[in-house]
Parts: sequence; structure tokens; C-alpha cells
Amino acid sequence: MSVPWAYRLNGVTHRYGERTALHIDHLEIARGEVMALLGPTGAGKSTLLKLLAAAAPATAGSVRLGETPLDQRLVPLEVLRRITLVFQQPLLLSGTVRANVEYPLRLRHQPRRSEKVEAMLDRLRLSDLSSRSAKSLSGGETQLVALARALVLEPEVLLLDEPTSNLDPARVALVEEVLAEFQRRTGATFVWATHNVFQARRVAQSVTLLLDGRLVETARNKEFFENPTDPRSAAFVRGEMVY
Amino acid sequence: MASFDWSILWRTLQVTGAALFLSTLLGVPLGTWLGLNRFRGHRLLIGLIHTGMAFPPVVVGLVVYLALSRSGPLASLDWLFTPQAMIVAQTIIATPLVAGITTAAVAATPAELLPQVRSLGAGPWQAKWAILREARPGVLVAIAAGFGRIIAEVGAALMVGGDIQGQTRVLTTAIVLETRQGEFAVALALGGWLVGLALLVNLAGLRLQGRTSS
Repeated sequence: MSVPWAYRLNGVTHRYGERTALHIDHLEIARGEVMALLGPTGAGKSTLLKLLAAAAPATAGSVRLGETPLDQRLVPLEVLRRITLVFQQPLLLSGTVRANVEYPLRLRHQPRRSEKVEAMLDRLRLSDLSSRSAKSLSGGETQLVALARALVLEPEVLLLDEPTSNLDPARVALVEEVLAEFQRRTGATFVWATHNVFQARRVAQSVTLLLDGRLVETARNKEFFENPTDPRSAAFVRGEMVY
Repeated sequence: MASFDWSILWRTLQVTGAALFLSTLLGVPLGTWLGLNRFRGHRLLIGLIHTGMAFPPVVVGLVVYLALSRSGPLASLDWLFTPQAMIVAQTIIATPLVAGITTAAVAATPAELLPQVRSLGAGPWQAKWAILREARPGVLVAIAAGFGRIIAEVGAALMVGGDIQGQTRVLTTAIVLETRQGEFAVALALGGWLVGLALLVNLAGLRLQGRTSS
């Protein structure tokens, strides 16, 4: 009954008006692993994450979460609640940091909310900010709170869109450590979009390279970085301009 | 002011409160829907609401009068020259204002907020409620503007209420009557009550706005 992949995409296209932002013939994302979605700005990473989160419908093709199609017009709420997307430019709600992290738990009427929230704030070293107004935070703090708000749910699938782009190196290390520990503990599937080759190498078990809305290569981490089959992957890994 | 008829103040509060409640009940959901959705005819609907925001109260009063009069389609209600007729007219006057300002407030929230809230597991109604909460300073302004329009309104209230003592006389219609009778001191005192009432309600609204916008 259970399939080995978290996601399976076939013939997926997404267009913004006349422009094709993304086209993927076939992609499988392994269950319970971290897949890095590598590519420069504008490669289609955010578009792909939105399709995986069912936050936008594919113009054509099929996106399946396990056995469940996500390309239907109204995806059931219980399916959507298995997936959490942390946006590149996260928006927090009015109220305190604590209230923001508690918000998704409140939506689900979960018990022992404050206990979970305090633990998550502590883990991401945000406890000092818990009573602060969320609207008064810096970009980096906002990104951390958005991450805490997603992790506190312990989702089955976590989609991360450049989750460390506003953070200093110490906080980047903290986030990578917290996410790795979370993934090991829960067995969640991560799709981690980044333009940072070094980060992809550190955090992922498999890597997919997108260029100009097309899938160039998808491979296991070691294979991708040490023996890429596509010359564009090799050039991207070397830090050359391939777009 | 020894003979001040306190029932006028009480009736003013009742009619204004009921009309404000109804126009909020109609205007806020309508404004939220218009602020969040784009569809064929959206601009036309916004245009109609904006026209409604500037609609002359006496015209509304005339239409409601004709609808409730003996030969009107709603004659069987027997509401003409009752507080109910005043509430209907003032609801029609204030609803476009509440809806129009709510639309602008909701449309001003970031477009990405809805998908972000949905991605946290909010259902469609939970997501709309979250957007409305983010837009609440503007929504409170919409309700305050509706209150201001209703409490200051006199034309429609006179036409459909008739300014009947002990039944449909409210502060604005009483001011008109006292002025016509040359009782300027009484009219000014009633005006003071009206302004005081408006100030009190708006201060309460501001306090609420301050408490919720942190």
C-alpha cells in the first residue's frame, strides 16, 4: 500500500501567463529524506515548492503526495495539513512571537500547546523574544520564528524555501543542526530549496538541480557532487555561471 | 434641561446600535470577500459600493418610504414611522461605507499572507478570519465610519421615522424640531449630547484598536 516516494511528479508544467516557469518530465522525491533543490535565483525552486505544497495548481501534469493527487482543485484539508511550507519571505501575524508559534497548533486544537511552543522557542534560542511583537522583529528573527512555527507542528513533509537566507553563519549552523535533529527524530521528508552549493552538500541525502525552470539532474548527494552526469551540474558545483 | 426626555437618548442608542450591527454584519463579510477575490464584474461591484458610500440619505429615505408606504411592496410589515423603518434606512446608508473601507483594508494586507496561513493548516474560513484580524485597524475604521454616518443622519430618519414623540424621535430629529421652534438652547444641548455620544463611541473604538494592533 505504502509507496517508497513522498512525491511523484509527471509531466508537470507551471506557467505564469505566457511564460513557462517550470517544466519537469519526471521526478520522485524519496520518503523520509532531505532533498536539496539547488538552483540559482529564478530557476523555479519556489514555484516547485508551491506545487508540492498544493499552494498553486500545476498548469499541466500530475503531482502526487504518496498516492494522493495534489492537482485537484480542492485538496482536502487533512492532506494539506500533512505538508508545511516555510516561505522565502515569511509573514508573521500580529501579536507576540509566542502567539505566532502557537497559531498552527491552535488551528488544530492541539493539547499541551504552550509546552510545545516553549520547547521550540528554546531550541531555536528565541525564548527571549517570546513576548515581543512579531512585527518588530528583524528579517533573520522573522525567519527563525517562521521556522519554529513550522517545526512545532511536526509535519510529515517540510518544504523549506531558502530558510537561512537572512541568517548570520552562527544561526545558519543552529538551523541546520535543529533541522537535522528534527528529521532524524521524526523521519519527515524535507525538500530544501537553496542556491548555496555548500549547504546542499551538508544537509541533503539527494540533490536536484533546476536551471531555467528545467530539471537538469537529480542524484544522491555523493554522486551529484563528486561525479555529476550533466556538465551543467558539474559547472554549477564548481561555482561557474551556467545560467 | 429639567424636562429633558431621556428616552430620546436611549432610542438614539437603540436605533444607531441596531443599524450599526446590521451594516457590520453585511458590510464586513462583503468587504472581506471583495478584498480577497477577483472576478468578472469585481470593478463594477466596487464602483457601485463607492457610489453607495456617497448616496444621499434623503434618496434612501424616499426609497424606503415608498417601499413601506401603504401602496409599497413592503406595506404588510407596517413599519413606516417606526424605529424599524429608521433602522432599515440607516443600514442601507451605512453598509456601503462599511463594505468599501473593509474592502480597502483587506486588499491592503500582503497577497502572500493567505497562502502562508493556508500552508500552516488553516482551513478556508480560518484563513479568511486570519486576514480579517490582520486588517482589523482598517475594519474598525470602517465600523467607526458607519457609526458616524448613522448617528449624524437626519434626512432619512425624518422621512421614514416621522419624528414622533416617544416613538421615533431621536437626537438628530429632535435638534431639527427644537431649532424650528426657536428653542436654540435645547437644540444646542441636544447637539452636545450627540457630539458627546459620538466622541465616547469613537474613543472606545480607538482604545479597542490600540489594544488589538500590538
